[in-house]
Amino acid sequence: MQPPDQGEIRLEGARVEIDSVETALRHGIALIHQELNLADNLDVGSNIFLGREPRRRGLIDHARIHADARLCLARVGLEVDSRTLVRDLTIGHQQMVEIAKALSVDARVLIMDEPTSSLTQHEAEQLKRVIRDLSARGVSIVYISHRLGEVRELAHRVTVLRDGANAGELGAGEITHDNLVRLMVGRDVSQFYRRAAGSASRAPEGVPLLEVRGLRTPAHPEKELAFELRAGEMVGIAGLVGAGRTEVLTTLFGITPAAGGEILISGVPRTMGAPIDAIDAGLALVPEDRKQQGLILEMAVRENMTLASLRREQRNGFLPGPYEAEISASMISRLSIKTPHDRQEVRFLSGGNQQKVVLGKWLALEPRVLLLDEPTRGIDVGAKAEIYRIMEELAGQGVAILFVSSEMEEVLGLSDRALVMHEGRITGELPRRDLSEEAVMRLATGHSG
Amino acid sequence: MKKLLGIFGLLLVVCVATALMSDKFLTPFNIENLLRRTALFGVLSIGVAFVIITSGIDLSIGSVVCLIGVGLPWLLTSVKVPLALGLLIAAGVSVAIGCAHGLLITRLRIQPFVVTLCGLLIYRGVTRGFTRDQTMGFGNDFKELRWLATSRIPVPGIEGFGIPFPCIILLVVAVAAAIFLNQTIYGRYLLALGRNEDAARYSGIRTERMIVLAYVICALLSGLGGMLFVLDVNSAQPADFGNFYELYAIAAAVLGGCSLRGGQGTITGVILGTALMQVLRTMITLVDALPKNIEYAIIGAVILGGVVADELVKRFVARRKAARQLLG
Repeated sequence: MQPPDQGEIRLEGARVEIDSVETALRHGIALIHQELNLADNLDVGSNIFLGREPRRRGLIDHARIHADARLCLARVGLEVDSRTLVRDLTIGHQQMVEIAKALSVDARVLIMDEPTSSLTQHEAEQLKRVIRDLSARGVSIVYISHRLGEVRELAHRVTVLRDGANAGELGAGEITHDNLVRLMVGRDVSQFYRRAAGSASRAPEGVPLLEVRGLRTPAHPEKELAFELRAGEMVGIAGLVGAGRTEVLTTLFGITPAAGGEILISGVPRTMGAPIDAIDAGLALVPEDRKQQGLILEMAVRENMTLASLRREQRNGFLPGPYEAEISASMISRLSIKTPHDRQEVRFLSGGNQQKVVLGKWLALEPRVLLLDEPTRGIDVGAKAEIYRIMEELAGQGVAILFVSSEMEEVLGLSDRALVMHEGRITGELPRRDLSEEAVMRLATGHSG
Repeated sequence: MKKLLGIFGLLLVVCVATALMSDKFLTPFNIENLLRRTALFGVLSIGVAFVIITSGIDLSIGSVVCLIGVGLPWLLTSVKVPLALGLLIAAGVSVAIGCAHGLLITRLRIQPFVVTLCGLLIYRGVTRGFTRDQTMGFGNDFKELRWLATSRIPVPGIEGFGIPFPCIILLVVAVAAAIFLNQTIYGRYLLALGRNEDAARYSGIRTERMIVLAYVICALLSGLGGMLFVLDVNSAQPADFGNFYELYAIAAAVLGGCSLRGGQGTITGVILGTALMQVLRTMITLVDALPKNIEYAIIGAVILGGVVADELVKRFVARRKAARQLLG
């Protein structure tokens, strides 16, 4: 997809030139991208053979497509009819279709980019089985992931990349969590997750900053939610993908207005009919998908940074003069955002710096309640640590923080308290002293209490 | 900025070429005519630019020009409503049309293309209906009102040349539009939501209201344009008055740097784009070597050329930027 600037690629000892996806495929190298590349309006068989449909007398031979597709699906152990439309499959099954498609071109090297990022636990397990099976049958697999548990489980060998260069390799016996993190961070692990034990469980008395009673989100209108959040508290929401975590945040923020129930800010009931209502109540949301929901990619750092606060800072509808330059300069230094200048278009920044711009946009409003949805998804370890530092700092200043995370380490490391969700319900609340991977997973898979 | 220079350069080239091919081009009469037409069409182009910036489109402009351009003289001369009331109704109808477009697009989520295509058909049909296809005009009355479009401000020293008054109107509209787009938070909101409506909404912008506002601005300026056109020519035929004007307006906006993908555009660019369109039309009329009936083909080819050139330049710049970042 992108030709190399220099260096060489060798396949079975012979140097190969790969200048396009087609040549890569011809050499037996297939890539399964993080975002799936399937035509969801077509059926499974047509997707597998897209662009190289078997023909008979010039017309597509549907019978053969489906006969061959069945064989491909069997190889990955996917039991669905090849005539099912792709859009009717779960994400996990769509992923299997991608793999089946790659295998159908006789891929010998399969590159997978964060394949489990949107799968449920069960689907991920199934995927891992398929991967092991393929590797046993001689397919080489390059598995790109920042989920260290998976890497530990699957990899025969690990190469850690940091800032675009090899940071080190680990052989079979050396793949441990600590070794991986050390190579990734380039510094000691102990300073990584730093929510100090002392700052936890000091939940002050009095009226909670945010209280939710019988809240029903449009995604799970039959389930009622209740929880509260106090000033200076950091509360994580854990659960599997699809458990309704994001919807809690978007409902609080007025993006998907509540189907029922009450939201109280400092004891006062508020209606969150649109994000503007939530902002006026002192809420801010760093959304899940920063490119689609967090940023105007083609606009400058400065313009993104002030987008939410313009309304408060306006001069009778006019842009607030020097405010824009001042606030972006102060956020760039406070969040150590790496950008040549604040006129740079956000799309040229790295993921971590983009995320910091989103954060800066909300900090400019000095929110009392900060909602974060997967605050460190897809960003490098250094930026992660900085985002944790900022969250700490804000909590220290009395901001209440509610965050959704799919990374167990993050939930365990940062939460004063964790809410665990399963199928739209809060199945349990774990104070810091009871937080453990096992406890969270039990609740996340539906075992109450 | 580079884009503005590019379109300005193209405008100059076409002007010089026309002047070389026809000695009638640089006459005071022709220049004055050109300015007047640019001013009238410029009002429409600025209107549609706002809609295009939200990544929408308005195909009903020509029909709104017809509705107001025919409806206003009809109200004043046939129905005989007082002047102030007539103007108020014209403005009210324009705003109502913009609101209807905006609400259908934001509330019912119907594509702008479909909504305004239906508008194109409906307003022309309605106009032809209530006038029974009769040509409308002011005759010898309403001299003061017609003065808005027909008067000219003589420039001392140049015999037979004056600046048409519509140029002053365009200037006022353009300055107001440019201030709105670049100096107010609402302009920023429009540019932001044109790029990424989701992210704008997540930032607390009431995107639906802003989109409705864009369609209202467009319809209101179409109405204003319709009024100025009929004041200028004093005779409007419901069947063809304003035909294709939406395409001239859209083409001028695109030529002037608005992207149909949304979020991009400058008022100066739109005016330069409008001027270029009008110079091209003049060129076809004045240069004897060019057959008159291929007007559309020439305009189409120039727009296509401009857009292709812009895209190629953009790619070249992006590649150079990428290369620089690699080195730096």
